[in-house]
Amino acid sequence: MAEPQPAVQLDRVSRHYLMGETSVRAVDEVSLTVGRGEFLALLGSSGSGKSTLLNLMAGLDRPTAGSILVNGSNLASLSSLDLARYRRNTVGMIFQSFNLLPRMTLEENIELPLRLAEVDRSDRSSRVREALERVRLTHRIGHRPAELSGGEQQRVAIARALVNRPKLLLADEPTGNLDSSTGETILGLLRDLQSQLGMTIVMVTHERALAERFADRLASMGDGRLLGTSPAMKVTGE
Amino acid sequence: MKARDLTDLALRNLREAILRNALTTLGVAVGVASLVAMLSLGVGLQQLASKRLSQSGLFDTIFVTPKNSFRGMGRPQPRETDSEKPPRQLDEDARKELEKLPNVIEVYPQIRFFTEVRFNNKPYATVVAGMPDSSRNSGAFDGMQGNFFSSTSANEAILQIEFAKDLSDKPPSLVGQELTLRYAERQAIPTAGSGDSSTAPGDLGNGFSVVPKELKLKIIGIVETEPAAGYGGYGNARLLIPLQTATTLRAAQVNDLRDIVRGETSNKITFSSLSVRVKSPTQVESLEASIKNLGFNAFSLLDASKSLRTFFSVFDLLLGIFGSLALAVATLGIVNTLVMAILERRREIGVLKALGAADSDVQQLFFVEAGVMGFLGGISGVTLGWILGRAISFGTNLYLKRQSLDPIELSSVPWWLVLLALFFAVLVSLSAGLYPASRAAKLNPVDALRYE
Repeated sequence: MAEPQPAVQLDRVSRHYLMGETSVRAVDEVSLTVGRGEFLALLGSSGSGKSTLLNLMAGLDRPTAGSILVNGSNLASLSSLDLARYRRNTVGMIFQSFNLLPRMTLEENIELPLRLAEVDRSDRSSRVREALERVRLTHRIGHRPAELSGGEQQRVAIARALVNRPKLLLADEPTGNLDSSTGETILGLLRDLQSQLGMTIVMVTHERALAERFADRLASMGDGRLLGTSPAMKVTGE
Repeated sequence: MKARDLTDLALRNLREAILRNALTTLGVAVGVASLVAMLSLGVGLQQLASKRLSQSGLFDTIFVTPKNSFRGMGRPQPRETDSEKPPRQLDEDARKELEKLPNVIEVYPQIRFFTEVRFNNKPYATVVAGMPDSSRNSGAFDGMQGNFFSSTSANEAILQIEFAKDLSDKPPSLVGQELTLRYAERQAIPTAGSGDSSTAPGDLGNGFSVVPKELKLKIIGIVETEPAAGYGGYGNARLLIPLQTATTLRAAQVNDLRDIVRGETSNKITFSSLSVRVKSPTQVESLEASIKNLGFNAFSLLDASKSLRTFFSVFDLLLGIFGSLALAVATLGIVNTLVMAILERRREIGVLKALGAADSDVQQLFFVEAGVMGFLGGISGVTLGWILGRAISFGTNLYLKRQSLDPIELSSVPWWLVLLALFFAVLVSLSAGLYPASRAAKLNPVDALRYE
């Protein structure tokens, strides 16, 4: 039986920066495959290049060398307009600092990707509600981010990432600003989404214990290189 | 992004920094206002000048003189380009011929003569002009004191206010009084003497003699404008009488003397000039050409008004440049506000890009914000400029009133000025938004998201 096409396939991906005279190898010849419906955790200390790698997968940045295949198309060769379309339709992203727009209500924040994707106005309201139901925050729809706790804000950010029904969810330290129990709730939510929607999730974190519990596979990075991958232990802690 | 979403987001962004954006918009408004106020003054002055000139009834009139008339009599002499046509006498036949030309309403002689008027036994020198009945409706006699001539041959006079002031300290009291016009009547000499070529002094050969005459005229009105102003070379006429009356006086005119000097006298009455009134000022130019083809000199004030229009174009341009200076400063304000907004909203731009906004979406967003500020600034600027123009008009009229002068409409805001100002405001704002918008669009999303 043929192997199903992977969700993400990185082939000798590098990202170098010039800092004055010296070249910094933030990501150095990383090759990695993420399977469909897999929950992969990218581990590493700060400066290891894991966030840069995530940004490359998100289409926010371009590799200096190598190819990034997502659903068969190579991000390295897409035009900037096509990259914007890719970010709009194929990936959803959540951040450590939530990145909600403070002056907009939850509804408006979640509606933003729908506006960018030019979804019909008549469909928007139901899609926003559906996304909020998934993160169980429908009752706060008219509130502003500042009126919510950190965990709630991250749930709103997840709803916003989901509203365009992406196939790939990228999370950059999603629990970094949360206490441990809230962090666990958020990761539980991500795993639910993975199983319910069959989503592929790549999460950057430095909390190995949490990653072991919620992810399917761990990939470790150091100095821009991929040190190795291993299946998670799935210790439930119960 | 769809236009409606773009506008929604832009308006929301503008509301969020309401004070700063309102101040920037106010800057645009002041710039537009100064432009509108300046130009409205220019337009107003131009309208005022054109109105005064058209009231004199000169814009739809062509002045026809014989080709052999004296030069340098104070009248502009058109260049003669068609020398093949022989010079012709300006007599009754010529008058009838001119009357038959297309688009001509009437042709009447210019009768003006310098003479003496006696009033209360005191002599006054002035120029008398015959006014055609049609001048009644030209607007020049609007607002006059008293009445227009009761008939085309009445022995009545209308005084120009300056002359009325000479006659009396209280000009209005003159209406109804009588004055005596003393003039020189031209009488033809029936037959010349025998073939004697040596003529005695005073004998004009086949000429005419001049006999002093008097005519009593009733003053029926006083007019403040100058209905018989300017053209003609004999100065402005201050005493106006019906044209028919003037014709029957057969008063000796300047051209009679000229004809004698040239030995061109005949018993036929010739006119020093004829006024040809045309249906519309637009037809003046072509008719002027066909009159020249008949062998006469023709001149219209359209030539003069051309230079007037040039003057006002330059005047408007200068006013526009001064008015635009404020708008230029306002443009810098827009650039400043939007560049500040980029700094402030750096992270937001990063989020928008991470969520899938293309560079063009971000660029358009900033562009629309600049455009909205320009449009709102334009609307309030036009209003403000209009109010400013009214205020200047009001102030001027207050001053004129104190000087016991008539009020004038100094500023005028025609609809084209409103549209032009709005268009200009939006255009200038959009160009001010060009740089900030492209800068925002080029922002690297990774850097923008990292920005605290």
